[in-house]
Amino acid sequence: MSSPSAGARRAGPDWFLLVAVIAITAAFSRAIWFTPPDLLQGYAQKILYVHAPSAWVAFLAFGVTALAGAFWLFLKDPRLDRVAESSAEVGVVFTTGFLVSGPLWGKPIWGAWWVWDARLTLSLFLWFLYVGYLVLRGVIPERDLRARYSAIVGILGALLIPFIHLSVYLFNTQHPKPVIANTAGIQMPAVMAWTFFGALAAFTLLYVALVRARYALANERDALDDAATADR
Amino acid sequence: MSTAAPGVLASAWIIARKDLAIEFRTRSAFISALVLSLLSIVIFYFAWDPTAIGPADLAPGVLWVTFTFSGLLGMHRSFGVEQHDGAMDALLVAPVPREGIFLGKALANLTFVLGVQAVALPAVALFYNLPIGPAFLALAALMVLASIGLVAVGTMFAGMTANTRLAELLLPVLAMPFFVPIVMPAAKVTALLLAGRPVAEAFAWLRILLAFDLVFAYACMLLFPLTLDD
Repeated sequence: MSSPSAGARRAGPDWFLLVAVIAITAAFSRAIWFTPPDLLQGYAQKILYVHAPSAWVAFLAFGVTALAGAFWLFLKDPRLDRVAESSAEVGVVFTTGFLVSGPLWGKPIWGAWWVWDARLTLSLFLWFLYVGYLVLRGVIPERDLRARYSAIVGILGALLIPFIHLSVYLFNTQHPKPVIANTAGIQMPAVMAWTFFGALAAFTLLYVALVRARYALANERDALDDAATADR
Repeated sequence: MSTAAPGVLASAWIIARKDLAIEFRTRSAFISALVLSLLSIVIFYFAWDPTAIGPADLAPGVLWVTFTFSGLLGMHRSFGVEQHDGAMDALLVAPVPREGIFLGKALANLTFVLGVQAVALPAVALFYNLPIGPAFLALAALMVLASIGLVAVGTMFAGMTANTRLAELLLPVLAMPFFVPIVMPAAKVTALLLAGRPVAEAFAWLRILLAFDLVFAYACMLLFPLTLDD
C-alpha cells in the first residue's frame, strides 16, 4: 500500500474551522439579540435558527456519505471513504443537534417533549441508521472491507429514507408546515429570514470545517497504520 | 460478471435446497425461532392489561415484532452455517454467480420466515381468541409480501455481518431501521384485516410494501456481489 507523506507535515491551526466558529457566533448573536421574538411563539421560535439549519446539514451530510460511498465502489479511492466516514460522523452530531432542539421547542409549543410526528420520527430513524453505520465501521479493521460495506450501507440507507418518509407520513404528522420552502414564498418577516439564512450559511460552513478536520484525522490515522504495517 | 441469466436462478435453487436440507435435518434454528415466537406471543399478552387494550388491538404489533426478531435469528444463522470448515470460501470458488448465492440464501430464509409465521399466526389466533378465518387468505398474502422485503434486507446484512465481531448484535442494529417501512405498514394492514375492514382501505400501505419489495430485492441482489471478496 502506498504511504502518503502527508503525515510528516505538522498541522497548523485550522483557520477554516476558526472562520466557521466565528460565523456561528455571529449568526447566534444576531438570532439572540438582533432578531425580534415571534408574536405567538415568543422566544421558543428562536430555536428555529438552530433546528432547521441542523436538519439541513444532517441531510446534506448523509447525502455526501451516500454519494462518496457510491463513487468509492467505482473508483476505490481511499480518500472517498474518508470523506464518507467524516461526513457520517459529523452528520450524526448535527442529527443529534436537531433531535435535541426539536423537543426543546416542542415542550412549550406542543405541550410535550416528544410526539410521534412524521418528521421527528423520520429523523430519529435517520439517526439510528447512521449510528448503525458508524458501529459497523468500528468493528471492521480491514480498510478495504470497511469501505466496501460502508458504501453499501450508505447506498441502501439513501434508498430507505423515502420509504420511512412515506410510511411515517401516512401514519400521521403534526409538524409545522414549511415557512421557508413553500409555494407561497417565504412566510416570515425579512429580519427573521435574514437571520435564518445567515444561520443556514454558518451551519453549512461549520459542517465543511468539521468534515475537513475529521478528514485530516482519518488521513493521519491511515498514514500511521501504513507506517506501522511497513515497519513490521 | 455472469452473463447467463438461468445460471443465477438454477444456482439459487441449488443453494436454497442445500440450506433447507441442513435446516430440515438439524431443525435447530427453526425450533428455536418457533419457540421464541410462541414465547413472545405469550409474554406480550401479559405485558398489557387485556381489559384495557383488546387482544385484537394488541395482536398486529405483537405479530410483527415477533416475526422481525425470529426472522433475524434465522437469517443470522443462514450465513453462520457457512462459517465452519471454510464453507463460505468453497461457496465462493464454486462456479455459481454471486447473485445466485444471494438469491438462494434469500429463498431459504423466506421459506424459514414463512414457516415460522405459518405456526405463529394460528397461535396468536388461538391465544388471543381472534377470528382470523375470514381474513386468512389476505393475511397470508400480506405475510408473503412483507416477508420478501424483510428477507431481502436481512439476508444482505446477515451476509455482511457474518464475518465481523459482534455479528449477532450488529445485524439487528443495522437491519431494524430498514424494517420500519415493512413492519409499520404490515402491522397497520393486519389491524385493518383483523377488524374486518375491506382490503381497499389498506391500499396505501400495501403500495409501500410492494415498492419496498421491488426496490430492495433488486438493490440487494445487485449490491450483494460487491460485499464479497474478489
